[in-house]
Amino acid sequence: MSALSLLPARRPVPGVFVALTLTLTIGWLVVLLDGGQLFNQSTTVSLLHVAAGLGLVAVGQTLVILGGSLDLSVAYVISLSTLVAAETMNGSDGAILPAIGLVLVVSAGVGLLNGLLVTRFRVNAFIATLGVGLLLKGYLDNGYDGPAGATAPGLVQSLGYQRVGPVPVSFLLLIAVTAAAWFALSRTRFGHHLVAVGGDPEVARLSGVRNDRVLVTAHILCSMCAGLAGIYLASRLGSGAPRVGTEGLYDLESIAAVVIGGTALAGGRGGVIGTVGGVLLLASIDAIFNQLEVDAFFKQVIRGVIIIAAVAVYARRAMRKAA
Amino acid sequence: MQTVQPRSLPLRLPRVRPGGVLPILAILAVLLVLVGFRQPDFLAPPSLMSFLGRSAPIILLAAGQYFVIVSGEFDLSVGSLVTAQVVVAARLIDSDPARTWPVVLLLLAFGALVGLVNGLVTTRLRVPSFITTLGMFLILVGAVYLWSDGAPKGGLSEEFRRFGRRAFEDVPLLGRVPYALLVLVVLAVGAVLLMRSDFGRTLVAVGDNPRAAELSGVRVWRTRTVAFILSGLAAAVAAILLGGYSGVSFQAGAGLEFGAITAVVLGGVALGGGRGAVVGAMLGALTLELLFALMNFYGVSGALKSTVQGGIILLAVAVSATRSSSR
Repeated sequence: MSALSLLPARRPVPGVFVALTLTLTIGWLVVLLDGGQLFNQSTTVSLLHVAAGLGLVAVGQTLVILGGSLDLSVAYVISLSTLVAAETMNGSDGAILPAIGLVLVVSAGVGLLNGLLVTRFRVNAFIATLGVGLLLKGYLDNGYDGPAGATAPGLVQSLGYQRVGPVPVSFLLLIAVTAAAWFALSRTRFGHHLVAVGGDPEVARLSGVRNDRVLVTAHILCSMCAGLAGIYLASRLGSGAPRVGTEGLYDLESIAAVVIGGTALAGGRGGVIGTVGGVLLLASIDAIFNQLEVDAFFKQVIRGVIIIAAVAVYARRAMRKAA
Repeated sequence: MQTVQPRSLPLRLPRVRPGGVLPILAILAVLLVLVGFRQPDFLAPPSLMSFLGRSAPIILLAAGQYFVIVSGEFDLSVGSLVTAQVVVAARLIDSDPARTWPVVLLLLAFGALVGLVNGLVTTRLRVPSFITTLGMFLILVGAVYLWSDGAPKGGLSEEFRRFGRRAFEDVPLLGRVPYALLVLVVLAVGAVLLMRSDFGRTLVAVGDNPRAAELSGVRVWRTRTVAFILSGLAAAVAAILLGGYSGVSFQAGAGLEFGAITAVVLGGVALGGGRGAVVGAMLGALTLELLFALMNFYGVSGALKSTVQGGIILLAVAVSATRSSSR
């Protein structure tokens, strides 16, 4: 481990984009032979919608994983956020801004709790965020049986369904968040410190980084990203959904996207651009299977195999580099 | 720093070391007292025996998860494995008692195979076990839905179900002893003996410091793979007991992996490996089940179960973490 790994990894790992191009090319051919069309308007739009939701979570997840931590509570933060958003708006356009503000405050609070548990109480991140997730799950299970609240029509029209050409507004939001995260990681002191903490916490501490503060910030940002994903999902669904986060497997899929995107699960190496590649890869596979009308359950089996295989490829490469 | 040892005190408490089973025993005792106040009947032998029988599957899963965790890995696939096993058993047995034993053997082989794949992918392909077993989770859930077209088919035979629901009745002193409890006791003794054997010591050494273990001649990958196989086998036995007790559904194993991990952590086993006892893990599972029973007696909504589970897990780990860091 090089001691001066204070610079963020400059290679955003093009591997995932090669895989993405290959997947799209092969997928396009297969769908064509099947008598369909992969790149028509509706498929592209739905692909980007899937990517927007998962991407928002995964960008936040990238930050904590880079710092050597992990967040398993995001799925519950998403569900909670859809409810906070929809119940605060209650169908009125006037309440959009307060609702968004409240979601961000609530999710930041969860992130703060995660961060403090991991840093101050030295709870293993896996257990800390799992525990916080279970706390939220109990609250959601106890209070909600089904959809509640109503998303403001203005938000549904804009964030939920409006597009610029084939690109949904939500995907533009993902691009903006990714750009902000990229800037924070590669151009600010926070980003450099975060990567240093993930690479070698002891070295970072000795070089004057306040590890705890950096990690807590990363956790807060991660939860706020999940909050944004919740707002987006509420605008798609038109109401708050107490199980949307867990049913979408956003916790596990976001981690998978980060790892497929070339970020080391142990921290210190990787970046958000690769993560977006990972998200697009997962969303493309989904779109291709949908076009081929593959059985939903078979899709899940293939997805599991792909996630393991992708990570195995990275692990082998990392081993060769180390050797 | 040299301090005066309180040698003169005859009643020196046994030292509480991290990874020991004393804390969990204390918590268990407190819960038993609370239960005793609220529902004295519960502590009568027959109902206590039934409770232990009902808790057997999660205790076994905790033991299986312990092997993996103490060696420094995770197994997130056990819940989905239990579900898959139950659905597979129902479809293969299809209510025909003659098929019971072959299917039981098949389930054990299936569990071992899933563990073997988890272990080999983790150790030979160097995929973090978190991702391996999560991928396995997706694969198993998808495969079992695919195979059964979205609804469980067939049925379990009465022969199969007796493991989970029947008991030896009219036992002196105890009243009734569920088969599940006997299975649990036998396997628990086996697990303890295994941890006292060379293999057990190697397993802990691997979790404590894989590099040092490697250098002293241990085949780390093989040891860890065996741990995953044990976890898969534990899931198979748990599935047989659970299927017998509560029947066939796609929810049979939902969330069990986190329950087992909670139990292991509660029992004082360090995540990341190398510290803690298998008895602690099993007592952790028992404590968790007792706590849920207690919540039931106090009329706490079942939906809050996970909140309580989350609270405990955080508390247990935070307490043990602050204690070990102040050493």
